Amino acid sequence: MNLSYLLDPAHWELGAPYSIPTLILAHLGYTVLALLIGTVVALPVGLYIGHTGRGSFLAINAGNAGRSLPTLGLLMLLVTLLGLGLLPVLIALTVLVIPPILTSTYAGMRSLDHRVVDAARGMGMRSWQVLTRVELPMALPVLMGGFRSAALQVVATATVAAAVGLSGLGRLLIDGLAVNDYSRVLAGAIVVAVLAVLVDLFLALVQRWIVSPGLKGIE
Amino acid sequence: MITFEDVVKVYPGGSTAVDHLSLELPTGRLTALVGPSGCGKTTSLRMINRMVTPTSGRILIDGEDVAERDEAALRRGIGYVIQHAGLFPHRTVLDNVATVPVLLGKTRREARAAALELLERVGLSADFAKRYPAQLSGGQQQRVGVARALAADPPIMLMDEPFSAVDPVVREQLHREFLRLQEDLGKTIALVTHDIDEAIKLGDRVAVFRTSGRLAQVGTPRELLAAPADDFVAEFVGRDRGLRGLSFDSAAGLPVRPVDGLLLDDAGRPVGWPGDDGPRDTGGTFTKDDSLRVVADLAIRSPVGIAVRVGPDGAADGLVSHHDLADYLAGRRS
Ligand SMILES: Nc1ncnc2c1ncn2[C@@H]1O[C@H](COP(=O)(O)OP(=O)(O)OP(=O)(O)O)[C@@H](O)[C@H]1O
Ligand SMILES: [Mg+2]
Repeated sequence: MNLSYLLDPAHWELGAPYSIPTLILAHLGYTVLALLIGTVVALPVGLYIGHTGRGSFLAINAGNAGRSLPTLGLLMLLVTLLGLGLLPVLIALTVLVIPPILTSTYAGMRSLDHRVVDAARGMGMRSWQVLTRVELPMALPVLMGGFRSAALQVVATATVAAAVGLSGLGRLLIDGLAVNDYSRVLAGAIVVAVLAVLVDLFLALVQRWIVSPGLKGIE
Repeated sequence: MITFEDVVKVYPGGSTAVDHLSLELPTGRLTALVGPSGCGKTTSLRMINRMVTPTSGRILIDGEDVAERDEAALRRGIGYVIQHAGLFPHRTVLDNVATVPVLLGKTRREARAAALELLERVGLSADFAKRYPAQLSGGQQQRVGVARALAADPPIMLMDEPFSAVDPVVREQLHREFLRLQEDLGKTIALVTHDIDEAIKLGDRVAVFRTSGRLAQVGTPRELLAAPADDFVAEFVGRDRGLRGLSFDSAAGLPVRPVDGLLLDDAGRPVGWPGDDGPRDTGGTFTKDDSLRVVADLAIRSPVGIAVRVGPDGAADGLVSHHDLADYLAGRRS
């Protein structure tokens, strides 16, 4: 194993256009944007379906359909339709994160104890109060599970951005392969893997912070 | 007063859950709705706070049709307690109890302060306030459920089998506490149960439902035991209704014999009946405030077939035998 590229301090220079920190930042940028857009789209839809019970086939089938779409193929298609740029990359990555978020939101809502929801209504909460004060907080553990798996997938897959000329850690892989610099490819692979673990750890902390202690196994 | 006016509920699918129900639940009283499983008790209860919409008929609260009230506002004015309490698992006990006051616009701080007081009223110390429902026993959860329903001090309470998820000993205790609470608060309560004993014990009035949602009889527990309307009610209230009915008759009017033959201490308190191996336990005593059922029970259990009455100071002041009691009951009947 040749770690020379990874360990070379020159490649860690902050602010330099092709340095590893810069690529990480771009990579995280795509990841966060895709997760943000995906959440904005999938969360309300999942909550609506779970809250009303209407359109559940959508939540279930979207999950399966989304999972079977190859991101790279989709990205190439989008590029031929929209041209190069950030937009096709974001769309392709968003399509990747929507299914796990949608499915887990729906599953979280379905797993709720209906007696508790019934009690909330019976006490005089309006529909949106039931949703935001009872259903959403109670669905949060399952929902966060889906969000974390979406985040892991998008961190790993955001490398495709480099395939269409954008930045991100995919650059190390693609450029490294192009010039047969396997040390660079290895550096890219390792950094992506470490980044994925760190992102997941971070989200685990977030989860601990936002999920009520009452919902965790209490001894 | 809550009034059911010829209310019918047919669920989609065609099963008639409530069949032409007309019933009045008087203000400040506890009306128990009792009947076999599936007879429409829960459905009836849930039509009061519009959790279920009647197919036809009206439900009035103090003359006003509930269908014309804003749903959420109506419900905030009605305490609702369900089986297994239905507590919010993600909220602390204190915040569970504070729910409705917060919905009504109280600040969280105010609502929590009031909630803390209420917890003590239902017999939970302040230590429980910061716990989550998963950290409570079933009985404690039920208490929190009752406190939560009482938090906004609603004039009406709907309770669906609130004491069924706990063991008989805890249930007994919750009953006692609940009756004491209701004595103070005087809420208009509809309480669903399938346990006729619970209905008789807690209800000022008892409405007995038969299967397929028809009302079989409504009356005071005493009326129900003394004069069941038909075989169904008679069967439902149980074979021992004669004996149970005695619990509604005070021992105050029961004539007693002078104390004789009973061993007493210096203060005149009963020690026991004379026996070959020393005093034999009287098995307990009764006062004028007890019911005839207590007297009957004491007479049956006494080693000599005689129940001992004591005065306020604990001194024995009268005796009642099996025969005395039988004569008294026979005399009362004629
Ligand atoms: N949402 C519903 N949809 C269709 N039928 C229902 C629904 N809820 C209740 N029923 C039916 O209506 C009838 C009365 O139900 P209800 O829950 O009021 O009975 P209950 O007296 O409370 O019974 P239990 O003592 O078992 O709780 C039953 O036959 C039940 O199957
Ligand atoms: Mg029921």
